Amino acid sequence: MKQKLTKWRLLTVFGLLTLVLSGCGEPFLSTLIPAGEAGQIAYDLMILSTVIMVGVVIVVTIMFAVAIIKFRRKKGDESIPKQVEGSHVLEIVWTVIPILLLIILTVPTVITTFELADTKAMDKKKEDGTTDALVVNVRASLYWWEFEYPNQKIITSQELVVPTDQRVYFNIKASDVKHSFWIPAAGGKIDANTENVNKMWLEFDNQKAIEADNLFYGKCAELCGPSHALMDFKVRAIPQDEFDQWTTAMQAVDAKAVPEDPQAAAGQEIFNQKCLSCHAVSPADERPEAARMAPNLGSFGDRELVAGILEHNEEELKNWISNPEAYKPGNKMTGTYGELSDQELDQLATYLMGLKVEQ
Amino acid sequence: MSTIAHTQKRGFAGTVWEYLTTVDHKKIAILYLLAGGLFFLAGGIEAMMIRIQLAVPNNDFVSAGLFNEIITMHGTTMIFLAAMPLLLGFMNAVMPLQIGARDVAFPFVNALGFWLFFFGGVFLNLSWFLGGAPDAGWTSYASLSLASEGHGIDFYVLGLQISGFGTLMGGINFLVTIINMRAPGMTYMRMPLFTWTTFVASALILFAFPPLTVGLFMMLFDRMFGAGFFDAAMGGNTVIWEHLFWIFGHPEVYILILPAFGIFSEVIPTFSRKRLFGYSSMVFATVLIGFLGFMVWAHHMFTTGLGPVANAIFAVATMAIAVPTGIKIFNWILTMWGGSIQFTVPMLWAIAFIPSFVMGGVTGVMQAAAPADYQFHDSYFIVAHFHYVIVGGVVFGLLAGVHFYWPLMFGTMLSEKLGKVTFTFFLIGFHLTFFIQHFLGLMGMPRRVWTFLPGQGLETGNLISSIGAAFMFVGVIVLLINVVVTQVKNVKVGIDPWKDGRTLEWALPSPTPFYNFKQLPLVRGLDAFWIEKMEGKTEMTPAEPIGDIHMPNNSFTPFMIALGLFIGAFGAMYHVDDKGWALPVLIIGLAVAFASMLYRSIKDDHGYHIHKEELLDDADKGGTR
Repeated sequence: MKQKLTKWRLLTVFGLLTLVLSGCGEPFLSTLIPAGEAGQIAYDLMILSTVIMVGVVIVVTIMFAVAIIKFRRKKGDESIPKQVEGSHVLEIVWTVIPILLLIILTVPTVITTFELADTKAMDKKKEDGTTDALVVNVRASLYWWEFEYPNQKIITSQELVVPTDQRVYFNIKASDVKHSFWIPAAGGKIDANTENVNKMWLEFDNQKAIEADNLFYGKCAELCGPSHALMDFKVRAIPQDEFDQWTTAMQAVDAKAVPEDPQAAAGQEIFNQKCLSCHAVSPADERPEAARMAPNLGSFGDRELVAGILEHNEEELKNWISNPEAYKPGNKMTGTYGELSDQELDQLATYLMGLKVEQ
Repeated sequence: MSTIAHTQKRGFAGTVWEYLTTVDHKKIAILYLLAGGLFFLAGGIEAMMIRIQLAVPNNDFVSAGLFNEIITMHGTTMIFLAAMPLLLGFMNAVMPLQIGARDVAFPFVNALGFWLFFFGGVFLNLSWFLGGAPDAGWTSYASLSLASEGHGIDFYVLGLQISGFGTLMGGINFLVTIINMRAPGMTYMRMPLFTWTTFVASALILFAFPPLTVGLFMMLFDRMFGAGFFDAAMGGNTVIWEHLFWIFGHPEVYILILPAFGIFSEVIPTFSRKRLFGYSSMVFATVLIGFLGFMVWAHHMFTTGLGPVANAIFAVATMAIAVPTGIKIFNWILTMWGGSIQFTVPMLWAIAFIPSFVMGGVTGVMQAAAPADYQFHDSYFIVAHFHYVIVGGVVFGLLAGVHFYWPLMFGTMLSEKLGKVTFTFFLIGFHLTFFIQHFLGLMGMPRRVWTFLPGQGLETGNLISSIGAAFMFVGVIVLLINVVVTQVKNVKVGIDPWKDGRTLEWALPSPTPFYNFKQLPLVRGLDAFWIEKMEGKTEMTPAEPIGDIHMPNNSFTPFMIALGLFIGAFGAMYHVDDKGWALPVLIIGLAVAFASMLYRSIKDDHGYHIHKEELLDDADKGGTR
């Protein structure tokens, strides 16, 4: 009976804590509203450790408060307290209890460390080199993200698109300085190193994705230069069938086609002259990594934000192109394409906004 | 050279010269306190700028590049140039007196250590005026620091190299002092806890600084000569820098916190009128923390991609540190238990320290759980955690130490009333600033961000945090006023100013004679002075008859050696720019440094003796005892 009671008490504490914490932050960003399995594993461990640690803090605080209230010196009290050397029993007690508490925490820690590092599915390659598991190659550069889908042979930038309710596997690296790939709501981060490829997996629950309007925020979590704070990306988590439609549409993009709108066609002309050497507009870009010096704009018109930070409309796009330094200090685009006239800006913006794969 | 020369009133220039040449550990302590205090203020101003910038979203109080310089300098200054030197200051001021020594083992090296630290710190801070401060974070991770333009990172590397030499010398000096110069009867297990923590922290310095030195040299070579240690394109590896930095960096946090633990272990028994509970387990815990401190560095690198085996091992090792730390916390509480607690300002800081530090400690254990740390790492949760341990532990310890040891160092008592004002503002401000940052991190705010966009649920927390910082700022200003007012009033206090002093340093007259102990005391147990007082005596039993005391001469050489390296560093740094004057400056600087060393090596300086008669004279005049 007593045991049952403690169990209930523990559950209540857990429940209350979950309730309190879930009031924290936005569903598209907060680690406290986990959006999938990996996030949930981290969250559960966070809650377990928090409960243990809050317990420790409470015990210490009570002992501490009693000590300083009960034993404060009365006015004019000149007595000398008994000089106690120590107590073996007490010392053993407060050595053993913490050890036990830590063991409770150690076991799930070790198990989940290995579980989160399990990327075996990435190595199960079929004859044509593809995998059953969805793999995304993430490449971080100052201050943008590239997402390459090696199985589907498409590339996108700044907006990661993933299917829900399955593990998505990532190869992560950096092309200039160290960055760190973090989608707080979906799970923990891993660094994008300059010398090796790191692997991890994440999973997005469909239900949770809907609650976050299918859009999660991603961040760079390692200081990488002046615009580190602005190196955001977005994650669109959509059901498998929608994801399949998206990949098919991406593969079908004909980057060379001239838009019908004459304004956009003029924009394409400018783009080809001034931007194409760095920015590709074909999602099926087959050039090597080193040649892909700037974000792929193949589905630019579908994006949620311009440059990861500005509202997605022509006005902001023109502001960005005319002076990127004002929005992302230290970026690599400033000054590489000369001055553009207002008319050219208008044409370019129309063209870019028309680069859509979704109707 | 005699005592007369030391007791005469000096003019201002004379005082300055005395401090420039001093080898007296008590005066070097004051230099450390002064220089560390100035750097602390600089770091504090940088902190305020960070919080102003982050008070509201999309703020443009400082630019993005400048912000990175500010956070880098805030961290570097606070750790290397404020916290550590201030602690070294207290070690200098207190430790030799606690063990009944007349000075440290190598007074000359002690002075050299200070000047190296000082010139290294000045060099680093001059970067603000010479083209920009370092901007790759206090950890200066290799890929970013190699890509950093200008000379900021060079200032970081050379400045820390110079000041690091100073710290290393300090550490070795303290080790030798504690091993060799304890008074008769002062066995290891009778040493006060502050001496013990100084001992362990010094050992940590001895083993932790060489990896940093190596790392800094490699970075220097990479930046100046294109060595390629950390350049992936040339087959280098940036993760090596991370390892080297954290093999130093993790013990470093124990180098900071252990002496702070030591200060609390002195303050709490004194104002509880009760001996430290579980002395031997406290010593054991200190040594164990120091040892384990070297086993856990990779927990700073859980997200680097070391793999699950390394992550799991380091997770478990890290959790183990919680055990000895817990032992310490409970021992402090049990020291107060059954005691007679007097709430002086140092004791208030000690009392505030316990819950504050426990909160920082438990979040440390939470981060040790590697999968949870994948979320915490590099977020504001980490910022909250390490400020809870460094401010709630180290800075509270320093503030307790400042009030507690002020009478020992300056012969005056800081105002208790103003001290309590500082305490209230700083404590409230501290929790207001940093508690909410745990949640900011959990809500998805990465650390080291120059600004944040609205609409991410981060506005309220950041505003609260900035308001808290203002409270802390007010607290520090009141402390400064307190110092000035106290020194202007200059009301001298006598022997044992807190009335309940337990250890040897309180048995000395105030001001402490420059030779410390006329006769070395006989130590009969833990809390040597307390034992004598309990037997109705007012002073220590001497262990030797009055005799001649051998003293070292003052020397300007340490200043010159450090100055030479300081000048040479400029030459080294600008040499890569093909500036014509750089090479001569480098040569002149090194020549000054090496010539000074040579001078020191060739010229025999035997010091001088204070003769027995003068000591007896001193006693007759009643000036010192």
